Amino acid sequence: MQDDMTKPIATFENLRVEFQTKTGTVVGVEDVSFEIKPRETVCVVGESGSGKSVSSLSMMRLVEFGGGKLTNGTLKFTRKSGETLDITKSDQSLMRTIRGNEIGMIFQEPMTALNPLFTVAQQLTEGLRTHKGLGKEAATNRALELLYLVRIPEPERRLNQYPHELSGGMRQRVVIAMALACEPRLLIADEPTTALDVTIQAEILALIDRLKRETGTAVMFITHDMSVVAQMADRVVVMHKGKKVEEGTVEEIFENPKHDYTKSLLAAVPKLGEMKGKLLPEPMRLMGDENTKFKPLTGSNEPLLLVKNLTTRFAVKSGFLRRTVANVHAVEDVSFRLMKGKTLSLVGESGCGKSTVGRSLLRLVEPLSGHVSIDGQDIVSMSPPQLREARLNMQMVFQDPFASLNPQMVLKDQVADPMRNYNTHSGDALDRRVEMLFDRVELPRSFLRRYPHELSGGQRQRVAIARALALNPKLIIADEAVSALDVSVQAQVLNLMLELQSELGLSFLFISHDMAVVERVSHDVGVMYLGRIVEFGPRSKIFENPQHAYTKALLKAVPIADPRQRKSEKELNFKPLASPMHSLDYEAEPSVYEEISEGHFILTTDSGY
Amino acid sequence: MADAEQQITQDIIAARHPFLEAWQMFRQNHAAMTALVVLSLIVLGAIFGPMLYPIDPFEMVWAPFSPPGVDGFILGTDYLGRDLLAAIIHGARVSILIGLSAAFVSVFIGVSIGAVAGFYRGWVEEVLMRITEFFQVLPTLLFSMVIVALFGSSLMMITFSIGVVSWTAVARITRSEYLRIRELEYVMASRASGSTDAKLIFKVILPNALPPIIVQAALMVGSAILFEAGLSFLGLTDPNVVSWGQVIGSNRQYILDASYTVTIPGIAIFVTVLCISLVGDGLNDALNPKLRQR
Amino acid sequence: MIILQNLLVRAFYGIILLAAVLVLNFSMMHMAPGDVADTISQSMGGADKEILDQIRADYGLDRPFLVQLGSYIGNVLSFDLGFSYFYNRPVTELILQRLPATLLLVFTAQTLALIIGVVLGVISARRPNGLTSHFVTLLALFGYSAPVFWTGILLLIGFSLNVQWFPVAGMRDVTISGNFWVHFVDVARHLVLPVITLGSIFLALYSRLCRATMLEVLGSDYIRTAKAKGLHDRDVVYKHALKNSLSPVITLAGLQFSAVISGAVLVEAVFSWPGLGTLAFQSIIARDTPTILGILFFSALVVIVGNLLTDLILRLIDPRIGAK
Repeated sequence: MQDDMTKPIATFENLRVEFQTKTGTVVGVEDVSFEIKPRETVCVVGESGSGKSVSSLSMMRLVEFGGGKLTNGTLKFTRKSGETLDITKSDQSLMRTIRGNEIGMIFQEPMTALNPLFTVAQQLTEGLRTHKGLGKEAATNRALELLYLVRIPEPERRLNQYPHELSGGMRQRVVIAMALACEPRLLIADEPTTALDVTIQAEILALIDRLKRETGTAVMFITHDMSVVAQMADRVVVMHKGKKVEEGTVEEIFENPKHDYTKSLLAAVPKLGEMKGKLLPEPMRLMGDENTKFKPLTGSNEPLLLVKNLTTRFAVKSGFLRRTVANVHAVEDVSFRLMKGKTLSLVGESGCGKSTVGRSLLRLVEPLSGHVSIDGQDIVSMSPPQLREARLNMQMVFQDPFASLNPQMVLKDQVADPMRNYNTHSGDALDRRVEMLFDRVELPRSFLRRYPHELSGGQRQRVAIARALALNPKLIIADEAVSALDVSVQAQVLNLMLELQSELGLSFLFISHDMAVVERVSHDVGVMYLGRIVEFGPRSKIFENPQHAYTKALLKAVPIADPRQRKSEKELNFKPLASPMHSLDYEAEPSVYEEISEGHFILTTDSGY
Repeated sequence: MADAEQQITQDIIAARHPFLEAWQMFRQNHAAMTALVVLSLIVLGAIFGPMLYPIDPFEMVWAPFSPPGVDGFILGTDYLGRDLLAAIIHGARVSILIGLSAAFVSVFIGVSIGAVAGFYRGWVEEVLMRITEFFQVLPTLLFSMVIVALFGSSLMMITFSIGVVSWTAVARITRSEYLRIRELEYVMASRASGSTDAKLIFKVILPNALPPIIVQAALMVGSAILFEAGLSFLGLTDPNVVSWGQVIGSNRQYILDASYTVTIPGIAIFVTVLCISLVGDGLNDALNPKLRQR
Repeated sequence: MIILQNLLVRAFYGIILLAAVLVLNFSMMHMAPGDVADTISQSMGGADKEILDQIRADYGLDRPFLVQLGSYIGNVLSFDLGFSYFYNRPVTELILQRLPATLLLVFTAQTLALIIGVVLGVISARRPNGLTSHFVTLLALFGYSAPVFWTGILLLIGFSLNVQWFPVAGMRDVTISGNFWVHFVDVARHLVLPVITLGSIFLALYSRLCRATMLEVLGSDYIRTAKAKGLHDRDVVYKHALKNSLSPVITLAGLQFSAVISGAVLVEAVFSWPGLGTLAFQSIIARDTPTILGILFFSALVVIVGNLLTDLILRLIDPRIGAK
């Protein structure tokens, strides 16, 4: 069958989608038009609320199940037979022959995308039996073929396993296999890698790219991450608040953006490699900020925080009597120094222990052993009342802006809470300090009397920062504090943090998985894997001259926001992330480092990578 | 992941406590509001009824089995010739009183155990959960019957016996809420900013754990009323007070001749508990965070 | 066989619970004012101290508490639950005679309520605004709010007295003779009204929970995936959604066993059903301690066995339970 290379596979024409909510009609997509041609990847990029997901769900006519209605516009799809369908007018039974068959879709959350009660084989063969009428044996053989295609380790074994026995990356591969089972003409991928670790993300992106080239499927790739766009797209559609604001080839968008929103979006994305040659962190140059001057963040060389041989383990209890059967070695023999007025970032993928380090420092979880001293006092050996005093010096900002504020408390009280607990201020002085803090984080004073659910994610995070500043701490631990925010909001909050550092001489322990952000804000960097720091040093040395195998792997995996620097699947062969859980008789070796150059250390003990 | 940046306008919108918003939602639920009104009428009737209709429910006022409306008695008379309407009014007092107090006892015990278990975890949780499971295994009515039979059937003892066997559901719900909330970051943040354990349990977590507890408490009032009705139906009641279940129980043998003596008190129980269930449902919908726009 | 291993552990744990129940009950009986000697003396019309002491010594009530407790537990282990003062027969015999009737009532009610509840729940989840759904809502409200004994009496009035479709009381008609099937039908006829009465409460609970769970499950990610694969609606609902919705409902059913027994006591009273309920009531009034203890023990046993069964079924459905 001849594949007409110029006839588009899918067309969006003036699409408009509305949702009925309790507060009235909400327009999810206002007016969107673009095409997807065979063999190309079109990336639809935007922040939350842009309507990118809704557009993709419309093509599958799945919006109706979420309460949406296609109130205007036309959607066209060209089937394998050559016939062009008007999707907007097709009924559900016709759509069912298309879904999973001619259009495949993969969603964001691999952990919940598979039915927990059915095996992989059952879920893979379902679509094949429904659409292609294959018998059980033929379907199972094809399922195995598909698992090989997506390069899942040990494919035969996976067939009879249940989803909870597979990791997130493996589950996503199964989901991709399911979507491609019937050889669809179009694959819609809605943020498929957002919930995955960096190295796994890199592999999955490369996988999708290869599959596209091998099978000739067109791909509609939805994302908020401009670096992913640079890696994957042939053409780009930029969406903002339900409208398409710009469209073009990937080179055009990155090198010559026309619309203001596209420009501001590109300016807000931290690009790996931008800080080359600069020693100190710098705020991001957002739209309108081009000419503002900033004070260089030199910090000082006095140590504020000294961590030596910190070890934290969690017991795994099982069985009737709740006996400890294993230990999770979350943090294993970690040592580092943090200077006053500077930022140290701990970076790594999930399970590496970076968050646990932060919580151990504050003793929100109890370390097993080690020394942590801030301004000369050892935290680990303190008694509870002394610890309480010590916490005046260290505060924390958490990742989830929704969960880090008490839903029942007025914002003013939440920021005042630490001061009330320690009785540092009261009465008028307290009120004035709270107002001052709100001003500092650039929140209007009218927010003082509001509740968290009335604010957006970025605004809540600012409140969390204000609360962290309340006691005038010397150190703030930011645990993935910007990871859950939209790109433009993230840039604003990062700039705020850098401003505060410059003004108050704050030190930050910045915990993150995002290498590009880390490159931007850090003075020093510690790369973590399986509970240990595998490489430590000034940011410039770590990023420009990585030595440890894992650091190199991480840097290789991070997508670069430059379409001319794409990675091929051959380069991206990473070892699967090992588990930090060990049996009770496992003896962990101490961490030994070699100093390669001044301040630049690499772990010589076996890291497990 | 993050939500859309809302255009917050400059005009001052009144701060809306989550409970106030829940009340607004509740008000829109017609069934629940009607039920609330009916309930209030029942409560008012129970409080003021004996004053407005001062007939003693124990007094024989007429011949037995006079059907409703026939001899000037709105609800007729029972097998001893006593006024049924008076019995219903006085019975309301007993039912509501016991319903509320027994529910209070249950909720008090259940929340205390659940909160401590969910917050402290470890061996404390294990011990408390074993105790909870133990009480769960006991057949509630039988056990309550034994207590009342052994220790007397005063109102207090009945309240106590109902409360002491019914708290496990509340404990389960409370514990599960505490387990969930204590992992949320605002609790950790509060701990990091110097809050004591007591403050965390009562001022930080409890207000956020209340919604399902409130719903369960409302339902417990209904089930306590049913429980008491069961006990008094079997005759295990304070002989000095009239209770709806007891009226049904003592008139039971006469359903062939005078079924109204059984049907009417049953309707009273039914309507009361129905209204409580509707209010409970309304509360559930209003307080359920999933239905609210986040 | 991990399932078997788990089952044994749970069974062992159940035995410990039973022991605790025994200890508690025994202690309670002892804390109460008055004892069997008082009851006996009452029925005799009064007795002086010597006779009371003699009665107490006969029944072993003058020994220290722990000794009594110990000997009671020892007896239980050899299936001797004591001797009923009131009925003049061994308690074990009394209970075993009545137990089948109660078990028949309880398990039939639970099973039917569960099956019908799930069916109704699924139908109303598919059409949340349809007739069945409204029916489920109404049923839930009524079944839950009406006192069970009142429902029973109403059914009696309606179907036994006004229209004689079903018998008024008891489990069987002693005047009937014939083969197995004749008796089977007879018992079944007697069983109808009590089962409907007892089951109504739980049918209300299960159908509502099933509907709510199904609606929640139908909004989950893996259902979206199933739809995106183009599966037929009936596959999505019956294959994917239903299986995931069963766990909470079955778990609830397991938790409700003690409530079902409580309800059975009242239902047995209304329908004069010859089960443990009526026995319990009579022996409580008569202060017949051994019988009361025996009944409490057995009902706790039924609950524990019910829980074990539920746990077993859950493990068969959900592969995640008990996984490492």
